[in-house]
Amino acid sequence: MASIPLFLSAAFHSCWLAQAPALETSKSSPNGLEALLQRLVHSYPAEGTWWGAIAAMLIACLAVFAFLNLFALFAVWLERKVSAHMQCRLGPMEVGPHGVLQTIADGIKLTVKEDIIPRVADKVLFIVAPIIVFTGTFIRFAPLPFGDYLVASDLNLGLFYIAAVGSVEVLGVIMAGWSSNNKWSLFGTIRTATQMVSYEIPIGIAFVTVAVSAGTLSTMQIVEQQSGWFWHWFVFRNPFLMVLSIIYLIASLAECKRSPFDLPEAESELVSGFHTEYTGIRFALFFLSEYAAMYLVSGVAVVAFFGGWYLGIPVIDRIGAAPDSSALAFVIGLLIKAHVLIGKAVGLVFVQMWVRWTLPRVRLDQMMSLCLKVLLPISLACLVGSALWDLFMGSLASGKEYSMFFWLE
Amino acid sequence: MTGSGIFNQVMFWLFAVMAVAPGFGILLAKDIVRQAFWLLLSLVGFAGLYLHLGADFLGFIQVLVYIGGILILFLFGVMLTYRMDVPLKEVKGWGLVFPGIIAGILTASALLYVASRTPWNAAAKATAPTVSAVGSRVMSTFILPFEVISMVLLVALIGATYIARRKEDKGRSEE
Repeated sequence: MASIPLFLSAAFHSCWLAQAPALETSKSSPNGLEALLQRLVHSYPAEGTWWGAIAAMLIACLAVFAFLNLFALFAVWLERKVSAHMQCRLGPMEVGPHGVLQTIADGIKLTVKEDIIPRVADKVLFIVAPIIVFTGTFIRFAPLPFGDYLVASDLNLGLFYIAAVGSVEVLGVIMAGWSSNNKWSLFGTIRTATQMVSYEIPIGIAFVTVAVSAGTLSTMQIVEQQSGWFWHWFVFRNPFLMVLSIIYLIASLAECKRSPFDLPEAESELVSGFHTEYTGIRFALFFLSEYAAMYLVSGVAVVAFFGGWYLGIPVIDRIGAAPDSSALAFVIGLLIKAHVLIGKAVGLVFVQMWVRWTLPRVRLDQMMSLCLKVLLPISLACLVGSALWDLFMGSLASGKEYSMFFWLE
Repeated sequence: MTGSGIFNQVMFWLFAVMAVAPGFGILLAKDIVRQAFWLLLSLVGFAGLYLHLGADFLGFIQVLVYIGGILILFLFGVMLTYRMDVPLKEVKGWGLVFPGIIAGILTASALLYVASRTPWNAAAKATAPTVSAVGSRVMSTFILPFEVISMVLLVALIGATYIARRKEDKGRSEE
């Protein structure tokens, strides 16, 4: 029964932290769900209302929380199926058709498991750590759009916020590993912190380059700039951004501790790393935040490089986009865009699983030298290259859009 | 008072208490790691206060630099050098109470003096995004301090690498 307040407090903290920055920096014009309300209900005031902003953010928090739970249920099943089929096995087949309900059964099993706190552990930190890890992952979802208008809070520092707040999760991991009072946990913790802090650098440089090209850090505006044909996506904008998108995908694998960078929880070396001592619902929180982080990095990749909610075919993207289009067309367009964005992100999650079951784990020194000697110099060169490209090729292509495929139009 | 006004007040006091109250935790905690995590709470409170004042970029920089950088570095140092079963050295007796009170009064009066002499300009809450303004000022008006700071940091980085590398080489030659 101890699990229920744990879950509630996790949800509460996440809701509060996710909306606090958004409300504090709330601008004169509404954004996100409030703008959606404005678009559908014409009597709603144009400058927005404070209760509308709070209600929109509460709804957004609950919706994101529900989405993450559903996504984790699906992704755990998908992971087991992908691994099974790659190894010529069937995977879970018993509960439901092709085992789709297996994760629900596993989840129930996890919640009723005995909740063990080691006698020599630092009890308070041990209990707080999973909440901080989950909160640290969950608050990063605030500026991540799930479709046009469907965003918890359209911060004008969106990408920077995602990069900055990620460090809270590292602290939660340190707290978990330290309070467990177990040497494997501590080794796992030190590895995790090293890895996540190091790989934040290439990710940050990739974000900076996207911001230089887009001229903004807001996730919504970045997606807006990739409208039109799919060669307007930032990944096809210039060769440097194409390289950076690959660097981002590699670094994001390390950022969410996925294989081949799963040193922090290397089963054959460290039992299971920083969460060795955790059982039951507390372990489930770590597990949930791992899968949430997988979706997060994929969603950010889609927003920053792969066109966000745009399919890249203007006929489809324009459905319901005109300001005078009917409410029905608008909602249909909204649903299409949400499906496109989530579909792309889930596709990238599949790539992560594919990589996990294909490549062996790297060594610790290989992991560090890959980051600092390979990814970092290349990404810095790409930052300069991309800025120069925008400076010179922009005038050459004579237009607002200067993709490297501008000659196609 | 309008609803948003009450909301602003609530948020301010929430962040203010969050920024100041963990100070007691830092002072009273027996374990250095616990102190670090009290500091985390305090830093988050300060970030919230910056956001409350409309300095969104500064608030997130606070999170990135202090929580993501300095606090993690601090914990790294503790973890690599410190054992959990050894508590902080406890000061017994009342020997430090009197000097502590004097130091506290002096510090508080100095701070109060500075605070009372400062001309507080209640600027209108910034509603526009601050990051582009900060960026263009750093790249134009404050370009020289910016470059000097980056040189200083580079020197520190090279120095740290040199010291770490020298120790490693010495250890190897002794073997």
